[in-house]
Amino acid sequence: MIGRKKRNRAPDAPDQAEAAAGADAVGGTTAAITVQRRGQPAPVAPQREVTRFGHGSRVPGWDDAVDLDRDPAQIPDPATTPVPAPLRTEIEAHMAKYPDFHSATIPALAAAQRHHGWCSPEAIWQAACVMRLTPGYLISVASFYDMLETRPVGRHAVYVCTNISCSLCGADELYDRLKQETAADPDVNVRGFECLGACDIAPMASVDGVYVGPITLDEVPKLVEQIREGLPPLPGKQLRLRKSTDPGAARTTTGTADPGIARATAGAADPVSPTRTHGTPMGGGPVGPPAAIEQPPAPPEEDE
Amino acid sequence: MTSPTILFAGIDEPGLNTIDVYRSRGGYEMARRALTEMTPEAVLDELLASGLRGRGGAGFPSGKKISFIPKANVDKYLVCNADESEPGTFKDRELMQKCPHMLIEGIIIGAYAAGASRSFIYIRGEYAEQADIIDAALLEAEQAGLLGENILGSGFSLSLVLHRGAGAYICGEETGLLDSLEGKRGNPRLKPPFPANQGLYQGPTVINNVETLATMPHILRMGGEEYAKIGTESSAGTKLVSVSGNVQRPGNYEIELGVPSREIIYDLAGGPPDGREVKFWFPGGSSSPVLTKDDLDIPYDFDSLAKAKSMLGSGAIIVVDDSVPVVSVALKLAKFYKHESCGKCTPCREGTRWTVSMLERVDQGLATPMDLDIMASVQEQIIGNCLCVLGDAMAMPIGSMVAKFREEFEAHIEAARARNPFAGDDPPDVDPVLIQGAAGA
Repeated sequence: MIGRKKRNRAPDAPDQAEAAAGADAVGGTTAAITVQRRGQPAPVAPQREVTRFGHGSRVPGWDDAVDLDRDPAQIPDPATTPVPAPLRTEIEAHMAKYPDFHSATIPALAAAQRHHGWCSPEAIWQAACVMRLTPGYLISVASFYDMLETRPVGRHAVYVCTNISCSLCGADELYDRLKQETAADPDVNVRGFECLGACDIAPMASVDGVYVGPITLDEVPKLVEQIREGLPPLPGKQLRLRKSTDPGAARTTTGTADPGIARATAGAADPVSPTRTHGTPMGGGPVGPPAAIEQPPAPPEEDE
Repeated sequence: MTSPTILFAGIDEPGLNTIDVYRSRGGYEMARRALTEMTPEAVLDELLASGLRGRGGAGFPSGKKISFIPKANVDKYLVCNADESEPGTFKDRELMQKCPHMLIEGIIIGAYAAGASRSFIYIRGEYAEQADIIDAALLEAEQAGLLGENILGSGFSLSLVLHRGAGAYICGEETGLLDSLEGKRGNPRLKPPFPANQGLYQGPTVINNVETLATMPHILRMGGEEYAKIGTESSAGTKLVSVSGNVQRPGNYEIELGVPSREIIYDLAGGPPDGREVKFWFPGGSSSPVLTKDDLDIPYDFDSLAKAKSMLGSGAIIVVDDSVPVVSVALKLAKFYKHESCGKCTPCREGTRWTVSMLERVDQGLATPMDLDIMASVQEQIIGNCLCVLGDAMAMPIGSMVAKFREEFEAHIEAARARNPFAGDDPPDVDPVLIQGAAGA
């Protein structure tokens, strides 16, 4: 249901009947602003193809995902909506963290997405069942946020930043190449994404939540191979290895003497690695609990 | 370059994201001092004396923001805005990744001054690695008794929850963030009431940027008045500046407010690649009106940039060199804001859409110079007419680009038309009546 909604939003190719209707509409407006000379045949309005949506209108709006004859979905009945125990536990843990359980909506949807690969109707109904909310409410939230997928997507989420700073450094070419290389692979979901907040390593990509960059076009095949295998992407180029560029990072402050700060060494090694194994933050990764902090540390990776 | 380094001092120290290393540097000393030796009023006085202005974009005095919180005995909240989505900005990311405890200490101090008992960090969903680091740091701080009930025996209690967003630029706007944190779509709210009176869960809420909060322990350490001596009179302190785009050494730099912008772009970031010149630059993220190479000597502080009709914003300098056509940057920018507009207010929703359409016409040679006037007037009609500043954030840079590079826009139209000689004969895919209406407006 949700899956169909997005697809139907794309303009369909106008069929013959619709194209004719479009010509009529345009003809009407043209006639109104053309001076028609007496005794001459009315000028034939130029045929113009108007792009139309599936429901025949030029504007997106109601589409056939909205079934007006059907009653709105109620809060799912726990008796008829089985929820996997790990998912239920996770959502309930999120709900307990906040003064108002509604706040757990995004974490709950993210958890459901991890279990199901995307915010499928099943995922939404299960989250709604645990949270005691209507599916409609959750769909309204899921469709707002970019990282919540309302269509089936590949397991590996690859976000390529295509915003200003990155595109000044060649992000559009990188995106095209990545898209090309993974075109035949349904497992990899390459998306052009808005600024990911890593303009210092432009052009960059977030591979299942791990930031890598700058990525040269030559490295794309290797990167795609690593994505497919589920290996750490371009280990030497991951963001967390990057040192601060600020020359002051090695200096002490001007404030009151703080003996500790002076100990900072310039050639600092990898700041104790975030003990995060390679896994999707939100995308449909391997089914199971999220990459939690108590997981074993990642294997040592080659330094730059 | 003798500017002091406060936030970034020794930031690359190995293990700084663990509580032991942070404490060995004197970390959490200031939180302890504030909670056990100072009253909330005394902490607030130090913050007011420091002249610290918000580092997230608006530059509102942080102490004053906290002082607006009513003293009444109700649930109060502190929210840390870590939804760093402004294109070009990546300073909070480095801070959270390398020294999460500095942020937590700042939150403890800020919450104590505001009397908040619950606090939240709203981090953007894309920062998965950073969120994991903060999660680990929160666990350490809780185990060390720095968060939770009766912290360090002071009688002050504070809970801190990390909330991960799911990818929406608008959630960096403070009221959009609150709606998102309440589990809704991130639509901004009408102001007033301001969050200080009715914010999260309708309670008084103070919302601060990561960098603002991380500065608070240092203000207590140095003393508010001492901190105010750094920088200029109206822009006190140091600022993390993210330099990116066509520069040789992109990255975060901590500068003293008031240094010439040229020093940041050329001395620190290395300037544009060899043989290239700065064409224009965004001084404070993609939402700030652009400045040209003639403006490079403007001191980098809140008021000087405001006087130059731009803004310091989040402190993200994006440098564009002379090899890049201005139209492509404008189009990229407009498409971003069109995508991120939440759709609540008509001027922003429609204005961003039409600006993209008009820029595409410019790019394809379908436009006339008159379209540039229409485009400029659309920008004027967006500014100030929406609940939040997302529309303004597109309108200001696009308007400034059209104003400052009008000749290039016109030349671009001519060149595109020459490449595509049939473009002018074929009416664009826009209703002709609509075009007439817009021209008459």
